[in-house]
Amino acid sequence: MLTMTGIGKSFFGVRVLSGVDLAVAPGEVHAIVGENGAGKSTLMKILAGVHQHDEGTIEIDGRRVSFGHPLDAQRAGVAIIYQEFNLLPERTVSENVFLGREPIRRGLVDRTAMDTATARLLAELGEDSFGPRQPVKRLSVAQQQVVEIVKALSLDARIVVMDEPTAALAEHEVELLYRLVRRLQERGIAVLYISHRLREVFDLSDHVTVIKDGRLVTTVATEDVTSEDLVRLMVGRDLNGYFPPRSTSVGETRLQVTGGGTDRLHDIDLKLNAGEIVGIAGLQGSGRSELAKALFGAEPFTRGEMTPVRPRSVRQAIRAGIGLVTEDRKSEGLALRQSVRDNALLVTRAIGRGARRSGVRDLLERVRLTPPREEQEVRYLSGGNQQKVVLAKWMTVAPKVLLFDEPTRGVDVGAKAAIHDLMRELAEDGMAIMMISSELPELIGMSDRIVVLREGRIAGTLPAGSSEEAIMSLAAGEVSA
Amino acid sequence: MRRALPILVVLAVLLAAIAIVNPFFIEPAGFLSFVRRAAPLVILAAGQYLVIVAGEFDLSVGSLVTVEVVVAARLIDGDEAATWPVLALLIVLGLVVGLVNGAVTTLLRVPSFITTLGMMLVLSGAVFLWTGGAPRGALSQAFRMFGRQTGWAVLILVVVAVAAVVLMRANFGRTLIAVGDNERAAALSGVRVTRVRIIAFTLSGLSAAVAGILLGGFAGVSAQVGQGLEFQAITAVVLGGVVLGGGRGTVVAAMAGAFTLEALFTLLNLYGVSGALKFTVQGVILIAAVAAGAIRLPFLDAPKVKGDAHAVS
Repeated sequence: MLTMTGIGKSFFGVRVLSGVDLAVAPGEVHAIVGENGAGKSTLMKILAGVHQHDEGTIEIDGRRVSFGHPLDAQRAGVAIIYQEFNLLPERTVSENVFLGREPIRRGLVDRTAMDTATARLLAELGEDSFGPRQPVKRLSVAQQQVVEIVKALSLDARIVVMDEPTAALAEHEVELLYRLVRRLQERGIAVLYISHRLREVFDLSDHVTVIKDGRLVTTVATEDVTSEDLVRLMVGRDLNGYFPPRSTSVGETRLQVTGGGTDRLHDIDLKLNAGEIVGIAGLQGSGRSELAKALFGAEPFTRGEMTPVRPRSVRQAIRAGIGLVTEDRKSEGLALRQSVRDNALLVTRAIGRGARRSGVRDLLERVRLTPPREEQEVRYLSGGNQQKVVLAKWMTVAPKVLLFDEPTRGVDVGAKAAIHDLMRELAEDGMAIMMISSELPELIGMSDRIVVLREGRIAGTLPAGSSEEAIMSLAAGEVSA
Repeated sequence: MRRALPILVVLAVLLAAIAIVNPFFIEPAGFLSFVRRAAPLVILAAGQYLVIVAGEFDLSVGSLVTVEVVVAARLIDGDEAATWPVLALLIVLGLVVGLVNGAVTTLLRVPSFITTLGMMLVLSGAVFLWTGGAPRGALSQAFRMFGRQTGWAVLILVVVAVAAVVLMRANFGRTLIAVGDNERAAALSGVRVTRVRIIAFTLSGLSAAVAGILLGGFAGVSAQVGQGLEFQAITAVVLGGVVLGGGRGTVVAAMAGAFTLEALFTLLNLYGVSGALKFTVQGVILIAAVAAGAIRLPFLDAPKVKGDAHAVS
């Protein structure tokens, strides 16, 4: 029914997909798996007409198609259900289902027709917990997912793409989703199911396609593989690249959490020691950033013990010697229109202690900012240099614990090595460092210990130099074969 | 200082133009009397700058100036002995109004445009109710001295200007700009965003109090004394190249913008252009200045090389 052949795509000269093939039959559930950033979402967005492919062909029912716009894909029977729903919260279920193509009778919107059609589709899906006239904002995430599916059905979609559909669902809601997927299957609809969670892949899919670094690894019948096989196919690349040597001496404990929890995190037991870099691994939505924000007091823990203090605010954390290099430096780390100097001194000025203005130059040299021009507005700096300014910002107050969330994302290779060296240097000077990263080689190359998160809990702790397979198994919640 | 350069050039050109028409203008007495006339607006612009650079507005300063003058006249009522206590009260009044603006905007999350628009109406209504349309009482000689005597007015202006510059170089000023630029990054760096914003509003209220004291002496007591001043102050700040939405521009440029606006009014006056055109001119400047800022941005955001070159210059 759907055949994609040799799909390739580049963004601004960076190749994100090349030579990917995919074939799906009616009534098939086809899982697509791969690490964060492997190219799964890009592939699906090409299918949905959001992005246009540079190479390859797409055929539906043997007819070659080309989607210049999401509407083209919609007309060809492709529906995509994103992690973030595209629903209007203030409107009713049926208004959302028929948004932009409301049935008109005598110049007015025919609400009765809309409600009847929606009610029929809801009934077909076996959904009786809400009706067509309910405002969407009153629905749970799982129910909103149903609305998205009803919308897809009302568009006569024959291919439904679900992007991480369980990421936002509670445990008991996952069962409902399974039921829904099977109903779609019965109607002869092909479902493309993107998920990190291997259990779902094995529960639902007929075939599974593995993508790694933008390339097709393989497509296999799900019953022919084990979860170990899948993990091996998803990762397993050579550890290339240089990393500084590991720590030689681990000092006293700088930060400790026992039984820490928020609404997204549960039973967090974690210890960060002087001189050590602790890597945090986990899939998207596993609670990695939430952990950093909790330790930093930005989204504080509501349960559990923490020393030196369980911060209730960012200021309290900073005063206790905890710093956070945020994941998104442009929106959370820097005031882009201010100078390098003003950014470097922001924390000092905010809490009224730390390095003086005259000390900034030395710090900028220490973080290897090139050139160390203090007057430059940070928005003109490269990603790597911006990250160095963020580092300098924290070094002004000499924190005891520094948390890094994706420290080298969007940073070029040279700056990456400089940042890695610097992190190790800081650890050697007695700082306790925690590093969240989606890049397994970075985690393995840098960490003295790797803590793996899964669904808001610590799934396990691995020693330095563990394999990518070991990390992915823990992170994906491998089912025992 | 580099960023204040364009407006300083414009100001110099206007001053030169005035001097050509009216040679008295370049004599010390003539020039200082211009400075005295500009002082209230410059002070208001400094206060407005603090609020705008943090990403907010203060529309209440015009009404606040009127309230200050009317209250002063009524309470002093010609009694010289009452001058100093009433001055203290006026300062407190300005601070309190600013504090309320700041608290409502930050704690109740009412957009400052609405908060201060509401405050403007509340204050206007209160003045009208209290005076019945015609202010009563009179200011004391000592009170009028601040606005009338050039020496005093210029001295107060200099003190305010120096204080504003020092404040913007201090931790408070730098964190204030950071809040206007990127509130979230500032908060995650430990900045007390709410507190910083409330202080900015409070200082804007203070600037209105000081401007009111000067204007009372200079322009006399009326229920229209502060009318339209909020828009003049905003126009002045924008004219100085300070970007609405926050995070960009200097207080020196904002004050220079106020001088420029005053110089422009003087020039129009000299050429016999009707005073009624004042609002129209202001409107055109306001739109043109913001448009010019918007047009310039893409060039600045363009290639990094260009940005580097820009920084060198």
